Amino acid sequence: MVLKAFFPTCCASADSGLLVGRWVPEQSSAVVLAVVHFPFIPIQVKELLAQVHQAGHVGLAVLGTWCHRRQGAEERLGPFLEGLGAIFSHEPWLQLCRERTSGLWSCKATCQQGPARVKDQVMLVFYDQRQVLLSQLHPPAALPDRQAGDAAASAEGLAAVFDTVARSEALFRSDRFDEGPVRLSHWQSEGVEASILAELAKRASGPVCRLLACLLSLISAASACRVFKLRPLSFIWSKLAVCGQLGHRLEQLELVFSTQKAEKPAQLMRKANVLVSVLLDVALGLALLSWLHGKDRIGQLAEALVPVADHVAEALRHLLQWLMGAPAGLKMNRALDQVLGRFFLYHLHLWISYVHLLSPFIEHILWHVGLSACLGLTVALSTLSDIIALLTFHIYCFYVYGARLYCLKICGLSSLWRLFRGKKWNVLRQRVDSCSYDLDQLFIGTLLFTVLLFLLPTTALYYLVFTLLRLLVVAMQGLIHLLVDLVNSLPLYSLGLRLCRPYRLAGTLPSSQPA
Amino acid sequence: MEDEQSFSDICGGRLALQRRYYSPSCREFCLSCPRLSLRSLTAVTCTVWLAAYGLFTLCENSMILSAAIFITLLGLLGYLHFVKIDQETLLIIDSLGIQMTSSYASGKESTTFIEMGKVKDVVINEAIYMKVIYYLCILLKDPVEPHGISQVVPVFQSAKPRLDCLIEVYRSCQEILAHQKAASASP
Repeated sequence: MVLKAFFPTCCASADSGLLVGRWVPEQSSAVVLAVVHFPFIPIQVKELLAQVHQAGHVGLAVLGTWCHRRQGAEERLGPFLEGLGAIFSHEPWLQLCRERTSGLWSCKATCQQGPARVKDQVMLVFYDQRQVLLSQLHPPAALPDRQAGDAAASAEGLAAVFDTVARSEALFRSDRFDEGPVRLSHWQSEGVEASILAELAKRASGPVCRLLACLLSLISAASACRVFKLRPLSFIWSKLAVCGQLGHRLEQLELVFSTQKAEKPAQLMRKANVLVSVLLDVALGLALLSWLHGKDRIGQLAEALVPVADHVAEALRHLLQWLMGAPAGLKMNRALDQVLGRFFLYHLHLWISYVHLLSPFIEHILWHVGLSACLGLTVALSTLSDIIALLTFHIYCFYVYGARLYCLKICGLSSLWRLFRGKKWNVLRQRVDSCSYDLDQLFIGTLLFTVLLFLLPTTALYYLVFTLLRLLVVAMQGLIHLLVDLVNSLPLYSLGLRLCRPYRLAGTLPSSQPA
Repeated sequence: MEDEQSFSDICGGRLALQRRYYSPSCREFCLSCPRLSLRSLTAVTCTVWLAAYGLFTLCENSMILSAAIFITLLGLLGYLHFVKIDQETLLIIDSLGIQMTSSYASGKESTTFIEMGKVKDVVINEAIYMKVIYYLCILLKDPVEPHGISQVVPVFQSAKPRLDCLIEVYRSCQEILAHQKAASASP
């Protein structure tokens, strides 16, 4: 394979020195991480490499020499650099050289053993150290309890090359203002990049996380106590959407503020996504709250609510009158029609009286419920969905009655149809068997069958109408739930990172034009 | 070493193939697609504006005309930035990989890089699309099955050159791949 040397772009203008990095034999590539400048003591260079090896579990070595000189000058540097090859022996030994004025490069690789003394082709690939280091999609670091050598088994191909850079962070911590024994050149040698806000946030995050984790554990312990497991409360709890949403948010917050550090970049992204989504949610909720509580909007809403309920009841009454007459030209059975119609009308009347009874308290209830918007827009939307469910409870009841009647009718019809044909449902064997009925059984069965059959259109129509109404309400609730799920699960942090800092989400990096 | 030749694509438009031989193990092929023609641009703009004017005479609302202008401008910008590809480049470097770059008319460049370890072969495939057309594609190795193919990546998808151009590119790629296979076979 052609020998590849990965050289950082920041070292192209550095002074002469030694090349320090890692040799990946499977790829036949040498990854240069930094340049060590003269003067240095070989023992200290070896100590530094051993330190980095311990910190990052990546085996570094001195790969060769780097020479950045003026044209024609300093010929005596040549044999000196060759002599260094004897002190730091490495197979193969790289010799990179650059002319200061003309900018011409020359690369040479020599092997002590092996058939070829001098390798004929060396491919030089420039890479941007900062972008490779900041990219977050490298394969995860190998576990420290593996063998102490190069744990390259986890990364394959070119990813191994970039993984080396990512794991050698300890090498990049010293800059040229440090008074260390060895002088290095790398992407941070002009000064370590850091931001005051980020550092402060890192220091503060430890105690803040601990405090919030304590609080959240208290809340979840309180909600898990025995009182809430009793029958009626637990049933109501499971039916209300607000409680579901609050529970979900509690879980997410526990994940974010847990005191465990995220091991993989994917987990870090998930935590960041959840945090950003919670913050956005609370911000939108507070905006909604300020909008609601300004200009007496709650009063207007409460005043508008009762007439709307009346209007809906009026519309339902018209619908029932229409069903009791001759709906869509179909001829209903008069007696059954009147019975069902009057039953539903009475139910409606009860419901409207109940709503009118509540009307003085609606404004207070709305005001207090509106305060829940400060917990987040999703909570406010879930509350809205629950209010819709409560206000259209009569439609739900109508649907249940209609469905039950229709179900009973269909069961009866199917059983009597079997009797009509002389068959019976065998419960033991779970199949239809033939059966010989008596004459009077057959007579009454046939009679009932015809009665039920002729009453079928009426019941079916009521069932159809109330099912459609119920579907309408469910569709409205479904839309609100969809919105809530969208706010919950949109990965805003990853999207923002993709728009603003795309190199942090890169898996492999493209190379520029070859020189 | 640079070389330029003129070919045609499957619809009859003119393509220019630029070949650069940097070294025996590194080659680049650059296909330039025909530019956006003034005729088609004028035709689309006139159609949109005539339709907007027709709507305006029906509705008497001048917002329609401003909206038509905005739509035309935004549509043109979007087309230049997301759809119209000016140049497609294939860079093949022995023992490193294959890189495909598409540069759009607005200057945006989108790059795909495939490692040499994943490349099984580069072949010319036939496809039947109202007539028989040929396209160059890269076959990727299947990590599970040693003789299988996990993916077929077509190259020069918007330039769509004809067979003569593809044969030139194919020959050069095969030279490099043969060299790569010989190097990986010997220890």
